[in-house]
Amino acid sequence: MATTVLDQQRAHAGAHAQKTGLWSWLTTVDHKRIGILYGTTAFFFFLLGGLEALLIRIQLARADNNFLSPETYNQLFTMHGTSMIFLAIMPLSAMFFNFMIPLMIGARDVAFPRLNAFSYWVFLLGGLFLNASFLFGAAPDQGWYGYANLTSRQFSPGHNVDFWNMGLQILGVASLAAGVNFFVTVINMRTRGMTMMRMPMFVWMSFITQILILLAFPVITVALILLIFDRFFGTHFFVPAGGGDPLLWQHFFWVFGHPEVYILVLPAFGIISEILPVFSRKPLFGYAAMVFSGAFIAFLGFGVWSHHMFTTGMGPIADTFFSLTTMLIAIPTGVKIFNWMGTMWGGSIQYRTPMYFAVAFIAMFIIGGLSGVMHASPPADLQQNDTYFIVAHFHYVLFGGSIFALTAGAYYWWPKMFGRLLDEKLGKVHFWLMLIGFNLTFFPMHLVGLHGMPRRTYTYPKELNFESLNQLETLGSFILGLGFLVFLFNILKTTRGPRNAPADPWNGATLEWAIPSPPPEWNFAETPVVHGRDPLWELKRQRGGRLPEPSPGTGAGIHIPPPSYWPLVSAIGVTGIFVALMMSPKWGPWGIIVAISLTFFGIYNWLFEKGYSEFTTPQGGGHH
Amino acid sequence: MADAHSTAEAHDHPTPGTYAKIGLFLFVLTALEVGLYEGTFGEHAGTLGASLQPFFIPLLLFLSAIKFALVAMYYMHLKNDSKLFSGVFVFPIIIATVIILGLVALQAYHWAFAASG
Amino acid sequence: MSDHAHALDTTTGLDHRKLAIWTFIGSECLFFATLISNYLVQSKKSLVGPFPHEVWKDPATGQVFEPIIEIPLVTFGTALLLFSSLFIVLALYGAQRGNRKMLIGWLGATILCGMFFVGMQVYEFTHFVHKGLTLQRNLFGASFFVLTGFHGTHVTIGVIWLVTMFILAIRGQLPKERALNLEIAALYWHFVDVVWIIIFPVVYLIR
Repeated sequence: MATTVLDQQRAHAGAHAQKTGLWSWLTTVDHKRIGILYGTTAFFFFLLGGLEALLIRIQLARADNNFLSPETYNQLFTMHGTSMIFLAIMPLSAMFFNFMIPLMIGARDVAFPRLNAFSYWVFLLGGLFLNASFLFGAAPDQGWYGYANLTSRQFSPGHNVDFWNMGLQILGVASLAAGVNFFVTVINMRTRGMTMMRMPMFVWMSFITQILILLAFPVITVALILLIFDRFFGTHFFVPAGGGDPLLWQHFFWVFGHPEVYILVLPAFGIISEILPVFSRKPLFGYAAMVFSGAFIAFLGFGVWSHHMFTTGMGPIADTFFSLTTMLIAIPTGVKIFNWMGTMWGGSIQYRTPMYFAVAFIAMFIIGGLSGVMHASPPADLQQNDTYFIVAHFHYVLFGGSIFALTAGAYYWWPKMFGRLLDEKLGKVHFWLMLIGFNLTFFPMHLVGLHGMPRRTYTYPKELNFESLNQLETLGSFILGLGFLVFLFNILKTTRGPRNAPADPWNGATLEWAIPSPPPEWNFAETPVVHGRDPLWELKRQRGGRLPEPSPGTGAGIHIPPPSYWPLVSAIGVTGIFVALMMSPKWGPWGIIVAISLTFFGIYNWLFEKGYSEFTTPQGGGHH
Repeated sequence: MADAHSTAEAHDHPTPGTYAKIGLFLFVLTALEVGLYEGTFGEHAGTLGASLQPFFIPLLLFLSAIKFALVAMYYMHLKNDSKLFSGVFVFPIIIATVIILGLVALQAYHWAFAASG
Repeated sequence: MSDHAHALDTTTGLDHRKLAIWTFIGSECLFFATLISNYLVQSKKSLVGPFPHEVWKDPATGQVFEPIIEIPLVTFGTALLLFSSLFIVLALYGAQRGNRKMLIGWLGATILCGMFFVGMQVYEFTHFVHKGLTLQRNLFGASFFVLTGFHGTHVTIGVIWLVTMFILAIRGQLPKERALNLEIAALYWHFVDVVWIIIFPVVYLIR
């Protein structure tokens, strides 16, 4: 036969291929496209944040340096932190939430496709708004946690704090909307046979992350609102002269801030729990313990917040309480580490790029965890707080942890998302540059930190002898930068190559590998039924080895949610509200009124849009 | 199938009369709250008011808790709905309570600690 | 999995949107918990009056400020909100049975109660300002207006939502099959009532 049935189906699917072009992307409600949008945007902001870091490192390479003014330096470290947390790590995780969760649970999309698109557009606009501050020379400069009362009108009269405040509020809306969406998706769209305890670990960790987002973000929303009232409406919540307490800001912020760091790291844990079994050819060790430790970490994460405040004089009882809870949280984390090692133990290790990053993650995260446990002791923290010792800790867990894991995930899932495998050799070069560069940059920070080098200070005198280690750190940071250039080169080279990745290049265990790379718009030709964990391994066992290349199906009889521009319109409205609020001293209330009207207009049209009722209220009996 | 569903509902679904009774009870509880306030702090409170004072806050919160539970269980239908909804509501309330109590305790302790030098 | 014969093709048999509104309500619990914490921690730290329940004389100007809280007014508003919860339950009862008159009548009553509550709050706010309590005056004023103001904003959004449902009902676009749409709005409305059940004693009654 000249063409196979597979070829014919592929051709048919191609004839009905998804539209391309800018408008199709602006109106997309496809979770896979939204995932790619998140990833591309986040990677861009990540590079921007990295640039900010390199500028900081140049400034710190020499004692008494004046490459950057103190004001510029303050803006750079504030934007570096804010960008990496809210515009890089969270949305990079969101890329995987979006692309992978529906695939891994055997669904065709998320519960609310338009809400999903809305989350992305709000994120994009929020990130652009935050960075637009640079154009006005008013980038946020008060630290990523904006301590009061530095943030009061009196001490920060410019727009810097307001860009930060409004920017975070906008981003908060995006996160909360996505939180509701993924929470409902995981609970309500799992395919037949997939009980909660049969879900892939990435889905579990992401699910717990959504719960954390839903519970933690409202707290910072209120804190930021109180700050808005102080700065715009003359209240004294954090202003001592009016009876307010700046320390209260720290409490509110860290009640959010601590769960936030688990929001940053739990998805990473989930990714590692996917990669290690596949590249050890062995199921995840201790599935139930992994679920419960993740849940315990999240729950306990609400009870440790004041360990960020050991140096504020809360008193011995408060210090002791939070010290104990913080040390306690190391236990479930330790369980995870041992279970990861147990997964690899006795396995058949596949030395591929995703595995390199995953194994390095474990080592780097252990180092970060060890310094973290050291901070848990208030007397020790008295010396460590506000020094580079802390900077070392959180970079080991957030970069050595989250970023290494996200990079591992990128190499692992790249073929599924783009139909192309990233180059192995370049991947390994990237890995070694990143591992060496990372440790060269951040390990010496433990030392200079204990020797007293303070954070958030634009320079240091020569007599303190910090210079040589700082130069090493700066060298390390540029090696890191080189590593990312290699990664970029790998991406560009791969993208120019053929789109020929198989459906299951790694011999995977989970459902996403059962469909073509990249998946057709409708994901599954027929929604699968699962009978246990690692469903694809089970299926391959039954069929006696690897499976043939899956056909995409024709999509006939499968209904896809149609595209819509109302999420984008509503996102513009919501962003506009906060922009107008910031400008209200000049514009009066009119900007806010226009923005609210636009938001209502967008939402009403969204709610009454035709063609969606079958997706929001999926009726049984159909071929879904 | 739909019939089985609605008959099942009819058995455990409260009637308008039940709802109205609950509404009346909520009103009575509110009146009790205000009455408790007047009885403790009102102009004519007197010695009864003084003796009520230590119990005022717990009693008040107790009455509010009953109102909260009644609206949640009956008006919001949690009593007869899937337990999943109750879980989705109750878990955040637990976290919220922990945070409120924690912040109030820290504030009280902070003052005491600061005042004691 | 239950065999409750729900026609919905979801893992739990429950409707996506009903689960979503409960999830949103759970998140909002934390929003109000933070505002309530702020009130509890800040409202008693005012450097100057006026105060909720005591008279205060300004030592600088000699001006006397009455106690701010007025129990009868807010009790009336509280009762309104409580009864509005009952009314919307009755409206939903009618909607689920295709009883258009019951739906429209009780939904209208709910909306009226909601509007009167907001009206009461607006009156209360202006009255308190006249008595000398402003956002800027002291921490009691700041935390009072922010907490009750954001609650009032939630009520207002609820009223707009219910008016939309009311218009749909009048146009015959809220039949028995779509009663869930009203149920979702009602859940939001009850939540707003439940938050007030906490705010009322905490802000107005506790001394």
